[in-house]
Amino acid sequence: MTPAYDEQRHPLSRRVLHWVMALSILVMIGSGWRIYNADPIFEFLAFPEWATLGGDAQASLARHGDPGVATAIAWHFAAMWTLAVAYILFLAWGLISGHFRRDFLPVGPRAFMRDFVAALRFRLEHRLGEYNAVQKVAYWAALGGIAVMILSGIAIWKPVQSYPLELLFGGFQGARLVHFLVMAGIVLFLLVHVGLTLLVPRTLLAMVAGRATEPRHSVTTETVR
Amino acid sequence: MTLVRRQIMRGGLSAGALTLLTGCDLSDHDSVQRVLARFSDWNDRVQAALFNPNRLARTFPESMAVKDFRYNAWYGPDKAPRLDPTDYRLHLAGRIDNKRPWTVEDLYALPQVSQVTRHVCVEGWSMIGKWSGTPLRTFLERIGADTTARYVGFECADGYYEGMDMPTALHSQTLMAFRLSDEILPTKYGYPFKIRIPTKLGFKNPKFVTTIYVTDKQPRGYWTDRGYNWFSGI
Repeated sequence: MTPAYDEQRHPLSRRVLHWVMALSILVMIGSGWRIYNADPIFEFLAFPEWATLGGDAQASLARHGDPGVATAIAWHFAAMWTLAVAYILFLAWGLISGHFRRDFLPVGPRAFMRDFVAALRFRLEHRLGEYNAVQKVAYWAALGGIAVMILSGIAIWKPVQSYPLELLFGGFQGARLVHFLVMAGIVLFLLVHVGLTLLVPRTLLAMVAGRATEPRHSVTTETVR
Repeated sequence: MTLVRRQIMRGGLSAGALTLLTGCDLSDHDSVQRVLARFSDWNDRVQAALFNPNRLARTFPESMAVKDFRYNAWYGPDKAPRLDPTDYRLHLAGRIDNKRPWTVEDLYALPQVSQVTRHVCVEGWSMIGKWSGTPLRTFLERIGADTTARYVGFECADGYYEGMDMPTALHSQTLMAFRLSDEILPTKYGYPFKIRIPTKLGFKNPKFVTTIYVTDKQPRGYWTDRGYNWFSGI
């Protein structure tokens, strides 16, 4: 007997860790952009101040000659702890509870290609509580991306104490570049992640309240197109 | 009911997102600054624990040393203080046995070593340079400094002030650098000497040093007073 509705459940631990990571990552991105502006890697790219975290740059400059980079770094080096702790707990919990095995596996290249093509044609079904192959790959990529951010971040924060970690990224400036590029990937993930959540708002309800349901016949993104 | 709740939730989320996007409101709050300062204190303790006194900063072949080193200060190079070697004195204070002031001539007669190391700026840029001078440890021993004290502090002719933990002061690569690229330290780089610490960020390396003191009380730092992390080890 199958129930007449699809259901998605997120236990409290997963929800708390998800939101702590989400908030930490937003803080890391905003403050990271302010820090990036202090010495841009690419001449053509600087982030608009309103999109960065670190307080009023002009007021800070007037007060003591620093465009809020000090505050941005303080944010960055505070959120790194909340992110790292939540991330490690999330990984441990996901492995122990079977969440990863149950929901993010199995995933193979063939299933990914099939779902990816379907998604591009707006033909990918979304069933509440089930993860398609594109989603699975995206979540693994996001989790892997955070790991690379932590490692490249350590190489930048502690190049002497963590040496030869920086060599993994082609040196200190290489670590900065990797840190930047993977940040861009995570921002892309966030845009798609939040965009899809807006298409299927019940998933947000599940991540906030812990449970969401919908009638059995599944919604396709086609209906939303 | 659930609809109202959902609306409140959505409102709360977008308000949160908005505050994050226009972070200024949040960042400049005294209470937020206090929380960030507490994290920074915690990071000081973590970094002191991570610091390995025997671990050397990577050294590079001399050919990689940049000759035209980047100038960096909050004032232009023409505003750098010109210290006259005839009346310059390095003053000593705090837990030091022999506080006799030092002339440039006395300082430059100290035994010297050279290092080709990387200067890492808090902004993100880095540059390899060749510095020569006396290990600060050698100098501290010579003047009878109490190396069981917790900190060494510096006052500078350009109004700068800095300080560091004793383990870093005693690190073999921490120098009183008299030369850059084999030349007597030019005025804008901190004549008659700068403190060169390859295990710390650039702003922890004071120039134009006029006083060295040894103390148990954590010295303030110019940029630390402006919100940067105190330990700033790398």
